[in-house]
Amino acid sequence: MNLWLIPIFPLAGFLINGLVGRRLPKAVINAVAIGSVLLSFVWVLKTLLGAGSLEKPIVENYFTWIQSGPIQIGCSLAVDRLTAVMLLIVTGIGSLIHIYAIGYMEHEGGYYRFFSYMNLFMFFMLTLVLASNYLVMFVGWEGVGLCSYLLIGFYFTENFATTAGNKAFIVNRIGDFGFSLAMFLMFRQFGSLDFDKVFSGAANMPKETGYGILTTICLLLLLGACGKSAQIPLYVWLPDAMAGPTPVSALIHAATMVTAGVYMTVRSSALFLHAPIAMNWVAGIGLATAFFAATIGLTQFDIKKVFAYSTVSQLGYMFLGVGVGAFSAGIWHVMTHAFFKALLFLGAGAVIHGLHGEQDLRKMGGLFKHMRITAITLLCASFAISGFPYTSGFFSKDAILSATYEHSPWMYWVGVGTAGLTAFYVFRAWFMAFTGTYRGDKHAHESPLIMTGPLMVLAALSLVGGFINIPRWLEPMFPEAGGENPVLVWTSAGAGMLGIFLAWIFYVRAPELPGKFATALGGLYRLVLDKYRIDELYDAIIVKPLVGGSRIVLWRGMDAGVIDGAVNGVGTRARGMGAVLKLAQSGYIRSYAAWVVFGSVLLLLAVGLGGAR
Amino acid sequence: MDTVLFLVFALIALLCGINLVVQTHPISSALSLIGVMAALAVLYLLLGAEFLAAAQMIVYAGAIMVLFIFVIMLLNAGAERVTKTRQLVKLAGVPLMAVFLGIIAFIIQALLPKSQLVWFGGFPGGGPRDIGIPLFTNYLLPFEVTSVLILIAILGAIVLARKEID
Amino acid sequence: MPPAHAVPLNWYLILSAILFCLGIAGFLYRRNIITVFMSIELMLNAVNLTFITFSYKWKAVDGHIFSFFVMVVAAAEAAVGLAIILTVFKNRKSLEIDEISSMKY
Repeated sequence: MNLWLIPIFPLAGFLINGLVGRRLPKAVINAVAIGSVLLSFVWVLKTLLGAGSLEKPIVENYFTWIQSGPIQIGCSLAVDRLTAVMLLIVTGIGSLIHIYAIGYMEHEGGYYRFFSYMNLFMFFMLTLVLASNYLVMFVGWEGVGLCSYLLIGFYFTENFATTAGNKAFIVNRIGDFGFSLAMFLMFRQFGSLDFDKVFSGAANMPKETGYGILTTICLLLLLGACGKSAQIPLYVWLPDAMAGPTPVSALIHAATMVTAGVYMTVRSSALFLHAPIAMNWVAGIGLATAFFAATIGLTQFDIKKVFAYSTVSQLGYMFLGVGVGAFSAGIWHVMTHAFFKALLFLGAGAVIHGLHGEQDLRKMGGLFKHMRITAITLLCASFAISGFPYTSGFFSKDAILSATYEHSPWMYWVGVGTAGLTAFYVFRAWFMAFTGTYRGDKHAHESPLIMTGPLMVLAALSLVGGFINIPRWLEPMFPEAGGENPVLVWTSAGAGMLGIFLAWIFYVRAPELPGKFATALGGLYRLVLDKYRIDELYDAIIVKPLVGGSRIVLWRGMDAGVIDGAVNGVGTRARGMGAVLKLAQSGYIRSYAAWVVFGSVLLLLAVGLGGAR
Repeated sequence: MDTVLFLVFALIALLCGINLVVQTHPISSALSLIGVMAALAVLYLLLGAEFLAAAQMIVYAGAIMVLFIFVIMLLNAGAERVTKTRQLVKLAGVPLMAVFLGIIAFIIQALLPKSQLVWFGGFPGGGPRDIGIPLFTNYLLPFEVTSVLILIAILGAIVLARKEID
Repeated sequence: MPPAHAVPLNWYLILSAILFCLGIAGFLYRRNIITVFMSIELMLNAVNLTFITFSYKWKAVDGHIFSFFVMVVAAAEAAVGLAIILTVFKNRKSLEIDEISSMKY
């Protein structure tokens, strides 16, 4: 089956573009970059078409990676139905975004570097998805974190870009620490890191009621997922990651990398099903993040920041779905979210590109007549994310919320409220950008076909993609619980439509209302606008003490004081001794003679008394 | 007879040595040194070193000391000024000397049996033939090396002491 | 058969030691360079006496030869040393040993 070719094509693209890209003409760079991802996509299709029904996973072992005593870890890739879904999302949407990026990055410097990093990212993401043991998955996990850092800090001459890259990497590392600890515990408990061995081992254990070993492992895995998928408390890197170019935001921080946490949790479903407490934690964190991020998204003025908080919020939905046991609903939302969120970001990129770099919503308006295609495709995405009936988001969101109702009704109502907020803020952005009068001072223009083409494809997918029934496809792995309750479905859809209506009121009919609300709510509004000052809180509690402690204790105390003191001290002592000893070199011949006599007296004493009989 | 000779010339050597150290003018010191060398030459004769006694007078007293006197007169060295000697040297020197002397005397007394006696004619092997044969057979290498050394000394002395040609 | 008026060997050695110490004293106390040099010659003479004394004791001629070499070297040393003193005098116009102290730290 040659599964290894799927990640190898983008790796080859990375090597070619990275090593010799500087000297290649743009057309060749484009061909290599896009070609590698398209080849990967084609190979995925070929693999899936030739794989049959995929009831059981297809595993390919390549070589033994680590062999040391009881530890035996191989490098092996596997494909099953879950992997198939993820592969199609990653390679398909990846190809579209790569094509878009040719147009977006046309006039940017470091062209070849951008595409080589993007290809490297695709390699690591595909490794993560195809892995059949936790360690290979971790390789991909770390690798996508690295590429995220490289791409966020792509404009490395700007201070805010490099700071954002650092922040992303460091916060991710905290999550990776959790993942590593989980792997160690897993190995200790099950003796292996292979998925089949771990999952069969977990299936033989009883369901835990307290904080046992399985719960600990799952909570640590959850910590890793929170880091990668930007949940509370480790979400703070994602809004800052908007410093990278927009295709990066679309690919990495909307469609693929941030869903790695969800994928990993779903993959470990066998572990989570036996640790109900951990599942509750997952659902709780997911719900809290969804609501929390949605409230922040209401107030932001930077279009990319609105969508970033939206991503955090939607990831919360996915975790909610996973936490209440609806694993396939969570994956369904991963897929539909990939469609409409990528589209939202790419569309925002088209708007920014058309306005020559303007990102502030307050300086936009009335762009509909200048950028029709962009406006229409973004409208499709906005309907999808709001859960408008029969769009893709409608199906996946309702699957999650129905399962939530069966788990605990109050969570369902919070979820419905969040859906309303989601619709509100996304249409707020759309109205502020495309209706009314133009409040800026630049000349707006539509984007070229190479950028609008992917937008149109994604818009179509956002609208009809919901009809791809993922839960039925994943049936053998995650058995479906009961049927759907129409009341629940239409309640959440209604909340979405209410949100759209309110946005229309606030931003089209009576544009002075938002201002009045902001002044009326005063302090609360400012708190939300400042993203609840969480960054400042982290800074004060964690960052400043750590940096200060490092500076005072480790740098001044240990490094400069002890180590430099010892090393310099040796030199200083030597010099001190020399200063004393040099006084013997007085230049007076007679004192030298006196020393000679003194020495010879000593010698005579030694010889005479010492025994030269 | 030997004892008397020894005592007389040993006394002459000692007095001249003390004179060398005590006198202020270098010429007086030089003449004292010549006196020491002459006394030592006689003592060499008593010990049976005829060749060396002659060599001492010819080379040492006759050439080296004359060279010294030439240089003293060339440089027109006068008597030393009377100044305070450095404290450390004064304080440390005398005890050091005494200790040195004491140690050597002790060693000598301890090492050698008292019965060894010296008289004139007791060692017949100090003549020119007795010195010449070992010099040119056993000690040929040092002989050649010292001849090179003398050559170098000549060259060095000429280079160092000549007048600069302006 | 030592005659009655023979001299103990130790006396020669003690005389040599005293002369040597006198040489050291002159070397340490005198300030004129030439006098210092002459004290060194005195030391060398004392050593010569010691060599010859021991040559008598062991009834071997090697002491004499060694003493001979000492004389040769002393001659060479005197020649070069005095040449150096001449040069120093040309530069500094003084024969004080304490004024030649520029090789200090």
